[in-house]
Amino acid sequence: MSAELIAQLVVIGFTFFMLLNSAAILVYMERKVAAFVQQRYGPYLVGPKGLLQPLADIVKLMFKEELRPTAADSFLFYLAPILSATAAFAAFSVVPFGADTTLFGLLKEPIHLAAADVNVGLLVIFAITSMGVYGIVLAGWSSNSKYSLLGGLRSSAQMISYELSYGLSFAAVILLAGSLSLRTIVDQQAGYWFHVIPKWFIVIQPLGFFIFLVAGVAETNRAPFDFPEAEQELVAGYHTEYSSMSFALFFLAEYVNMVTVSAVATNLFLGGWHGPFLPEWLGWIWFLAKVGFLLFFYIWMRWTLPRYRYDQLMEFGWKWLLPASVVNLLVTAGVVVYMGW
Amino acid sequence: MFWIFAAVTVIASLLVIGQRNPMYSVLLLIVSFGALSGLYVLLDAPFIAAIQIIIYAGAIMVLFLFVVMLLNVPTEDPPTGYHARLLGGAGPRRFGAVLSAVLIGQLAWAFYYGLRPSPLPHAAGQHATTVFEIGMKLYKDYTFAFEATSVLILVSMVGAIVLARKESR
Amino acid sequence: MPEPTLNSYLVLSAVLFAIGTAGVFLRRNLITILLSIEIMLNAVNLTFVAVDRFLGTVDGQIIVFFVMTVAAAEAAVGLAIIIALFRHRETLNPDAFTALKW
Repeated sequence: MSAELIAQLVVIGFTFFMLLNSAAILVYMERKVAAFVQQRYGPYLVGPKGLLQPLADIVKLMFKEELRPTAADSFLFYLAPILSATAAFAAFSVVPFGADTTLFGLLKEPIHLAAADVNVGLLVIFAITSMGVYGIVLAGWSSNSKYSLLGGLRSSAQMISYELSYGLSFAAVILLAGSLSLRTIVDQQAGYWFHVIPKWFIVIQPLGFFIFLVAGVAETNRAPFDFPEAEQELVAGYHTEYSSMSFALFFLAEYVNMVTVSAVATNLFLGGWHGPFLPEWLGWIWFLAKVGFLLFFYIWMRWTLPRYRYDQLMEFGWKWLLPASVVNLLVTAGVVVYMGW
Repeated sequence: MFWIFAAVTVIASLLVIGQRNPMYSVLLLIVSFGALSGLYVLLDAPFIAAIQIIIYAGAIMVLFLFVVMLLNVPTEDPPTGYHARLLGGAGPRRFGAVLSAVLIGQLAWAFYYGLRPSPLPHAAGQHATTVFEIGMKLYKDYTFAFEATSVLILVSMVGAIVLARKESR
Repeated sequence: MPEPTLNSYLVLSAVLFAIGTAGVFLRRNLITILLSIEIMLNAVNLTFVAVDRFLGTVDGQIIVFFVMTVAAAEAAVGLAIIIALFRHRETLNPDAFTALKW
């Protein structure tokens, strides 16, 4: 058991633990931000300023009764939330969140600050996101109820439609960076132009960033694209029949997916862990700040924008976002070829 | 490692053709594809492994799942009557079973007589195939095939939409 | 456990191909038949990639790329045909479609 192996295991465990915590923090943040948007107080009774509210939520969910409709296919019924949660966590495993560090000189060689570092990291994220569709489809099917089935089908159709724009928008980033590994893409964004403007890809790819974020919001089934979960239309869509821990797993999966999309967007477009005023090894603070800003933006969008109707949603995805991402890719390719970047 | 993935693939494929419920068949096939993707990683082809998951397990199988769910495909009845026994009664089943047996026999014969010891060369000089190499080959030597494939996809898209359309009265 | 050689990959892909063929011949459900065809195509992909690794070239992986694309296109059209057939006859048993028999 060399020191590197132990350090790597610690990093993996730490990443997992922080993802779980981030889901809890997001629950709190969502309710507080929603409250401020709606001009009321959020949770303020449990703990100082309501900070222990997520704990209360989790305890409540754990003690609820676990229900299952009799006609539901029990194996698939329990498999679906597990699939969703697993895909959500696995997708974050290849996202780097800091520069190589030697952990204050404890190690002889620097280790990567990510659970795993693969050459084709971006493709792995895309692949695991595609697998996340299955949790929702199976949830809809195995509940054996028409609301769930419709919600599941709509949700998965929406997710696979927006996967195309998602993929094409980061194909443009791959063109600019010349590599599929997220770490290399972030390292390409170090430095400044004219000592003032940071070399982040959002500066040269604003349309790509917009498309990526919109497609990411649609992928995670959040407003304004959350028709499949629409409380007013479909009871609760694909997770109508779930209660207690299975429901908690679905929500965990949704929040972790949000975190993953924000983290990938940060790495691809916002320069990852590079930022002014801090030494390189404290870069993860910048990373957290940027991811936090994107998450805040997510929640803000949910409580500000009205929900898209399903056909409007699909039309937007196929007729507007997909051609826009193709044009973005073509223009980027043209510029890269002609200016020799 | 190889043996684990190989065993999972073979068992999952056997279960795919043995299951009555088509929903379980599709899910087991996804498991089989995942194991195959692992085999591709072992063969130093990470790009193919990733696109196996993205295309096969992520897109094609979703398509199959949609069709199974929307058509509410009935669970296949156990074969009755003269279809019941594989070799009993003339008919397509007996023919099919005989043909499969012939294929397996031929493959076994070929392997028994034809295999020579051929170890996979070890990692000296071998590296995981990078996307760069695949891209260079794909766009330079196989340009025509690439363009033809895009036309093929377009044609199949149009065809699928036309075939599955409801008759508008 | 012995080290896997090229032969083990080839045998594995032959076994998969045989399973796929058996599935096509022995199943009475159109969707399962299509799934067995996909198994066969995957077995072929495995052969390509294994021999590629043995020879040290990249061409096999390009061919695999094309095979996957063609399989996707064929699965889409096949499923569209199945939908059309199901609307017509309400069953997915291939024995029910006997209109072209002499």
